[in-house]
Amino acid sequence: MLLINCPYCGEREQEEFSCGGEAHIERPKNPPDLNDDQWADYLFLRQNIKGLQYERWNHSFGCRQWFNVARNTATDDILAVYKMGEKPPVLESNDPITPCGEPAIGSGNFSTLKKS
Amino acid sequence: MIKRSKKYSVFSLMKNALSYHENWQPAWRNPEIKKEYDAIIVGGGGHGLTTAFYLAKNHGIKNIAVVEKGWIGGGNTGRNTTIIRSNYLWDQSAAIYDHALKLWEGMSQELNYNVMFSQRGVMNVAHNLHDVRELKRRWHANRLNGVDCEWLDTQEVKKFCPVINTSPNIRYPVMGATLQRRAGTARHDAVAWGYARGADSMGVDIIQNCEVTGININNGNVTGIETTRGTINSKKIGVVSAGHSSVIAKMVGIKLPLESRPLQALVSEPVKPVIDTVVMSNTIHAYVSQSDKGELVIGAGTDGYNSYSQRGGFNIVEDTIMAIVELFPLFSRMKMLRHWGGIVDICPDASPIISKTHINGLYFNCGWGTGGFKATPGSGWVFAHTIANDQPHALNAPFSINRFSSGELVDEHGAAAVAH
Repeated sequence: MLLINCPYCGEREQEEFSCGGEAHIERPKNPPDLNDDQWADYLFLRQNIKGLQYERWNHSFGCRQWFNVARNTATDDILAVYKMGEKPPVLESNDPITPCGEPAIGSGNFSTLKKS
Repeated sequence: MIKRSKKYSVFSLMKNALSYHENWQPAWRNPEIKKEYDAIIVGGGGHGLTTAFYLAKNHGIKNIAVVEKGWIGGGNTGRNTTIIRSNYLWDQSAAIYDHALKLWEGMSQELNYNVMFSQRGVMNVAHNLHDVRELKRRWHANRLNGVDCEWLDTQEVKKFCPVINTSPNIRYPVMGATLQRRAGTARHDAVAWGYARGADSMGVDIIQNCEVTGININNGNVTGIETTRGTINSKKIGVVSAGHSSVIAKMVGIKLPLESRPLQALVSEPVKPVIDTVVMSNTIHAYVSQSDKGELVIGAGTDGYNSYSQRGGFNIVEDTIMAIVELFPLFSRMKMLRHWGGIVDICPDASPIISKTHINGLYFNCGWGTGGFKATPGSGWVFAHTIANDQPHALNAPFSINRFSSGELVDEHGAAAVAH
């Protein structure tokens, strides 16, 4: 379970929030000009990143404001919180450390742990 | 050269009993990796192993490698709640899941391996008028598709599963249920081990602790894979990597319509037989069955955000437990023993993708989301056909990746009888 630092209310439990998925997906500027593949890309295709992901959250059981979160989806570490409309912060990619990107907890995939 | 694993029988059991069960042979080999294979399957879960098994059995392609980054049975195959059913709403889904259910019925014989398939029935409970209408609609759709299904009223539900609380005074009273009697459960590890043994006996190399780090392409044709144990060449590569499908797809610049999320499950301390069916509830999101060991097997929902961490939030578990306790007050003092999460790849329409790609020789089987276990044999069957013939089987043609451009979605969200 995550602790999320709402930019308006401070740190609250994740249960108060809803995740809005990948951030910074722009609505097409000229919708009538799009072909079916471009629509599919906008509507359905997602990066589904393992590692640093920029995503939208809504404080749905709090201030009901939208904001952005940078989170490592391999470890669930929250790296930055920033408001809507702001540029995503440039962060150390903080990519998973093992070859298969398994977090140290949970997976039990010890055979591929990178030797430090 | 191929050494067939010994057939298991009551005689082999007696023979091995004489040597205190210390001389059983390994169920599959630990082979040296060859330079080239006719086909490579990425992912040694249930769907990957059945794909290799049916490629060898139905299509005569036996020079196959199954590469697995962990170990056989260590991913979602060993993390699900083992429910098997085929009572899906839409024609396309009913067809593929019922094909799988028919394969389940003969699986133990086919594999010479007891997968403990138990057709104890799956009951989907209705708690309000909307549920009743939806479930009755699905009941009729199932009948029209030749999938067995019955409607039970509240008294019949109580008779079929006496421990359920049918009081009209609970927050979400039981107003009826659909029942698929052919549905049930199986031992999930045994399914992985049985198919691994079966594929191995036909010459398939099962390579564990071997993670794919890249896919080699030349002029739009796939030529092989890079792994943590070196390069392996093949002109046909089937990717069946469940929660990590997007990670593999990214290696070749393909974007998939998937979101990978944690899905949790938990089991209780073992108790005497108390519930001899599977009870599922969409509205309050609870499902429970009892394993042969006596543990209650309880499935929770997915967390609301993407994660590859194989652990979810406690609030999800709490919600499920609250629902279970209301439906089965006698479970309120049960202790939970183990709890875990797996990463499931969810499609926008909650239906799988079993498809060719724009790269020749590269195939994807993914997007099974929260309900892939029940489809294990059927998924491998049609994916093997797709790889062998370079075109989809009639059963998986509707599950092409192109449906997200054409708009022909198979929308099983909600219709699939449990909230995703």
